[in-house]
Amino acid sequence: MYGLKSDIALDSPSKYYSIENYSKGVARWCPGCGDHAVLTNMQKLLREKQLDPAKTVFVSGIGCSSRFPHYMDTYGFHGLHGRAFPVAEGIKFRRPDLDVFVVTGDGDCCSIGAGAWIHAIRYNMNMTVLLLNNEIYGLTKKQASPTSRIGTISNTTPDGSILPPLSPIQTTLGVANASFVAQTADWNPAHMYETIKAAYEHKGFSFIHILQRCPIFQGALADEQVSNKDAMVYLNHDNGIQVDEAIAKTFKNELSHDPTDLSTARNLAMDTEKVYMGLFYQNKNAPCYDDYGASNIGFTVEQKEEALNMELDKYAI
Amino acid sequence: MNDTIETKEKPMKKTSKAIKIDESIVEIVSDSGEGAQKCGVSFAAISAKMGNGVWTVEIIPAEIQPPARSREGASGIRIRIGTKEITNSGNEANLVIALNEQVPYGRLDQKAYNKNTTMLLECKWATDASDKIQNQYAEALADFKSRGINVIEIPMEVECLKIVKNARKGKNMFVLGMLCYIYNRGLDKGETQIKNIFRKKSDAIINSNIELLNAGYKWASTNLDFQYDIPVVNSDKDMVVMNGNEAIALGVLASGMEVCSMYPITPATSASHLLADIFKNSGGLVHQAEDEIAAVGFAIGSSYAGKTAVTITSGPGMALKTEFLGLASMAEVPLVVVNVQRGGPSTGLPTKVEQGDLLSTLYGQPGDAPKIVMAVSTIEECFHFVILARKLAESFRTPVYILTDTNLATGQQPYLRPDIKKDWFAPPIDQSPWKGDVRPYEWDDLTGLSKRAIPGQPGGQHTLTGLAHTREAHVSYHPNENQDSSELRSRKIAAFQKTLKPPTVNGDEKGDLLIVGWGSTLGAINEGVEIAQKEGIKVSSLHLRFLSPMEPGIKEIFKNFKQVMTIEINYSDSINNPQFTEDNRRYSQLSWMLRAHTLTDVDCYSNVEGQPLSPNRIVDVIKNKLSK
Repeated sequence: MYGLKSDIALDSPSKYYSIENYSKGVARWCPGCGDHAVLTNMQKLLREKQLDPAKTVFVSGIGCSSRFPHYMDTYGFHGLHGRAFPVAEGIKFRRPDLDVFVVTGDGDCCSIGAGAWIHAIRYNMNMTVLLLNNEIYGLTKKQASPTSRIGTISNTTPDGSILPPLSPIQTTLGVANASFVAQTADWNPAHMYETIKAAYEHKGFSFIHILQRCPIFQGALADEQVSNKDAMVYLNHDNGIQVDEAIAKTFKNELSHDPTDLSTARNLAMDTEKVYMGLFYQNKNAPCYDDYGASNIGFTVEQKEEALNMELDKYAI
Repeated sequence: MNDTIETKEKPMKKTSKAIKIDESIVEIVSDSGEGAQKCGVSFAAISAKMGNGVWTVEIIPAEIQPPARSREGASGIRIRIGTKEITNSGNEANLVIALNEQVPYGRLDQKAYNKNTTMLLECKWATDASDKIQNQYAEALADFKSRGINVIEIPMEVECLKIVKNARKGKNMFVLGMLCYIYNRGLDKGETQIKNIFRKKSDAIINSNIELLNAGYKWASTNLDFQYDIPVVNSDKDMVVMNGNEAIALGVLASGMEVCSMYPITPATSASHLLADIFKNSGGLVHQAEDEIAAVGFAIGSSYAGKTAVTITSGPGMALKTEFLGLASMAEVPLVVVNVQRGGPSTGLPTKVEQGDLLSTLYGQPGDAPKIVMAVSTIEECFHFVILARKLAESFRTPVYILTDTNLATGQQPYLRPDIKKDWFAPPIDQSPWKGDVRPYEWDDLTGLSKRAIPGQPGGQHTLTGLAHTREAHVSYHPNENQDSSELRSRKIAAFQKTLKPPTVNGDEKGDLLIVGWGSTLGAINEGVEIAQKEGIKVSSLHLRFLSPMEPGIKEIFKNFKQVMTIEINYSDSINNPQFTEDNRRYSQLSWMLRAHTLTDVDCYSNVEGQPLSPNRIVDVIKNKLSK
């Protein structure tokens, strides 16, 4: 407008980042896929927090959800199937100044990446982790995942899957040093936004389990999940995730749960009848492995030279 | 310097003047936990400090605490010392000190001793409470003598018990004392060494060890009728002595790399142990990951967001890391990978040497994954190649592999103290604004080189992907994009190859036979070839440091020799077995590569016995080859 680039007006005195500064390309997910809602919320969060796109890194593995970094105009690392966590840890360990986000799926995190996931929880490095769980493999065309419910008909389980699903919340809460465990759903974007925000604000490994729809391969389940309002229970507590009244009213049921109470959190996670939305558990004092990393970097060349000379002295003859 | 040291007590046997010799090989063998290695390393350090050439090899059983008094439990060390530089562990031992009569069998199985070997044997087993042990001792003693070994029985336990209550701890310093006498090393040097190795212990412990040292020296001077002197060539050059893994660790420090991400694996782990210690003073971190895959993933993440990182592993770890290593080639993430090779496949021979990972390192990934692969052949190269690897990884935006092995990892050798250069150390992480018109993979058409944007650089935002991608780092959807980008990544390797010099031939540049080797066999091959040359055989040798890309001019060198063969420590089909024919023979690994690379009929000799090659073996192979 008026021949001026919008950037010029915004450049001074300090840059204000708008949604456009965080978005890149056109997301190639299917229409109706829950991933779109997560992407929109994430871009909103970055704008609200005014994160520097150059100092923000999205790390993912492989799968539908792992395409996420390609649609963010930040730094991104779209690596290997199941291996987002080690890469994110390496980044954060050496660069504590960067904001690190991990986007993963139920196959990527809970199946092929399960080993790395368990240890990532224990390392408790300061990163925000979004597990986008649609209970099915999408990119490889409909195979049962470890989180698929009993009876899931898929290309590898034509007569229905027979094993009970792995619960990502239950698993995470079972690992030593878990520090932030929350649950939300793609069909309640306002609740999801508050959850992601709380996760970002937590110092440590902030794990969000996002219940998600796959309209192509899990269409019936998606409909059932969204319509089954009786099963949804809003976890309401002063120490929990705060949502405004309008959002709270979307839930038929609510439960007061103190997120510092690990034992109750574990019991809630084992409940197969109800789905609890909000913060299961938070420990603000759990040790973070990246604090140790950050403490021993940034020596000068002269200091390194001196250290090397000292070492060589020990081997001198 | 050739005079023996006078002892105050009158010798029981007449001690003649020390005999001057050029070199000697000593072994100390014992059960695990008796301190043989500490004793041997100390003896090697004393010898190196005096100015002798030294090479040590550890003798390591597979278990931490194998059964006592067993062949497979033989634990210890071999030390080869000489007037000149020593480059390998040599042939049969001249002297072996055995703390029981069973452990030497483990070494006899490996042909480590012959009729010229003298054995100093602990004789307490002759009077052991158990008849069985007494009998075993008597049988072994007779057997050693029948093999022509000169056995001298020594009451080490009895002598040590005069000083300490538990002779098991301390006998090694008694042995060190004996060695100091036998090789005319001087007690003061032994004392200095003890004060150094026990510097973190109490005075009482230091004093009792010095007492044991003195006792060993005195016993030997009183009772032994031989003493050797290995003259030293005095040099005013500063030297350091260490093993290959220590040199790797110091190389990492000198390269300025700050993150070493690893998972425990024999025989690589000791390099990371040292790094964990020295990073405290130099800034840097060792991350012990949950597995080998996470270890390399962590290193790649760290490299991507900062300076080049290193991961140190061995064969089974390399196998697990394969997918990530392909990603590093594909996405062009600088990375240094150190592979301390051991016997494979599978768990294989964890504590034994093999050069079995050459082809898997080069071709282990799906598709084409170009990379730089170097092989170190000395302890000194372990240090300097790490510095080079870090620079190449950054300059060529690629993973760089260093192949070393068990032989170098635990072997000690003195080398010139490195003259530290400031430009060895990686510069600080570049956080300057990224030029707007430069794409994330702005491949140069000729060289394939491009600059990488590091997170934090404003304007450099892009998403790195392991998928086929364009210069914009966008997922590629067109057939020619993958063809072109694959070729550009390969051009980097070609561009690097053009900077290399042809390798140097050891010996005449033409002749009847050229022996080609790589890695830790350098010293043994050269020594063997030189022995053969002295016998008039027209043989030369060539040692390769770069395996990907290979150094230029190799085919030209081959043309000047009637025959070419590699000698390696890995598997190949023996042509002596009728089952194997020209049609089905599986060659050793470098031999495969050279046959393909030069279209020359390159023969090979190799074995997987898990032992360093001896110079005599090389001579045998040469003679055998030329007799056909």
